[in-house]
Amino acid sequence: MTWSDTFLAALKDNDVRLISYVPDNVLTPLIKGATADNYFMSVNATREDEALGTVAGAWMGGMRGIVMMQTSGFALIANALASLIVPYQIPAIMVVSERGTIGEFNIGQVLVARTMRPVLDALAVVHHTLTDEATLRFVVDRSIKQAMLTQSPVVFILSPLLTGGNPAGPK
Amino acid sequence: MATSGNPKVLNRADLTRRLVGKLRDQAVVAGIGNANFDLYAAGHRAQNFYMLGSMGLACPIALGVALAQPERGVIALEGDGSLLMSLGCLATIATVKPRNLTLIIWDNGIYQITGKQVTATSHATDIVAVAIGAGIANSSWVRDEAHFEELIGRGFEQGGPTLLVAKIDDKPGEIQPPRDPALVRNRFMKGLGDARSGVLDR
Repeated sequence: MTWSDTFLAALKDNDVRLISYVPDNVLTPLIKGATADNYFMSVNATREDEALGTVAGAWMGGMRGIVMMQTSGFALIANALASLIVPYQIPAIMVVSERGTIGEFNIGQVLVARTMRPVLDALAVVHHTLTDEATLRFVVDRSIKQAMLTQSPVVFILSPLLTGGNPAGPK
Repeated sequence: MATSGNPKVLNRADLTRRLVGKLRDQAVVAGIGNANFDLYAAGHRAQNFYMLGSMGLACPIALGVALAQPERGVIALEGDGSLLMSLGCLATIATVKPRNLTLIIWDNGIYQITGKQVTATSHATDIVAVAIGAGIANSSWVRDEAHFEELIGRGFEQGGPTLLVAKIDDKPGEIQPPRDPALVRNRFMKGLGDARSGVLDR
């Protein structure tokens, strides 16, 4: 099983049906797998904060959801995290493909990547950097359960160690 | 202000009361500021959501609710300034095409709550034209109160996505819902049928 198949299987095991995404090279296998599978409801959002709002509304209506974004997309969601997801206690699940490290060619991504964990820590949002296929299923499955049981969001950061990074790569 | 057909200038509180008077258990997601103040003032309902922050996200939140509960009518109430911040969601809503989603935009051409600074709709931007261009074919200006009554006389469970824009005056909301997001979320979820949200209510 590829890392993306394993990740999607963990979502299915936890009844996470809605996938709202802004595309990214690294996320391609995840998005492809999700859109090809009738179990998931896939919605392409125009912005990452819009995606987060949609997942928040869906959860309140009884449908679990995940937002898929790349690192630069994370930079857009600070207000949605701080004034919607966290104070309303919405257990939104987020997956961020980690740009900006271990082979990045775009300095913008490098700088946004530096803001990501400090922002999450400042808001006390749980995050896990996924580096290893062997522990992926365990971490994702149990962290989604924790999010639901504690009414808290969770962010999975997909390291280049797991995904191979941006296929465009450093040249 | 950019409109078409010379709609009458209406009042947000009045139209909100008329809307609430027609509803049963449809979900209403009201955006930041006076949109949610006037919804609360019209009489709290179990299926109301008051968005206290995250300007621009009322329509996306409403989309999420509509996707999760396709049998329930879902209405977003949003101001022109807020909608301008998230115009892309109109494209998403046009693409997803939820039949049970209605967007009602209160357009007074100003950021009322921050001191009445003018928005783009006071100049060249026509929200109905934007929505039609985004792909929401069922978009229209509200001509007057009678037209509004006619438009909201339906159930909201089907026939969407629909966008209605009312040109409104600058009267601010008079009372505010409690600034307690966890409470708002709990009551909204209970109203939408979540069993656990009501478990401590006796």
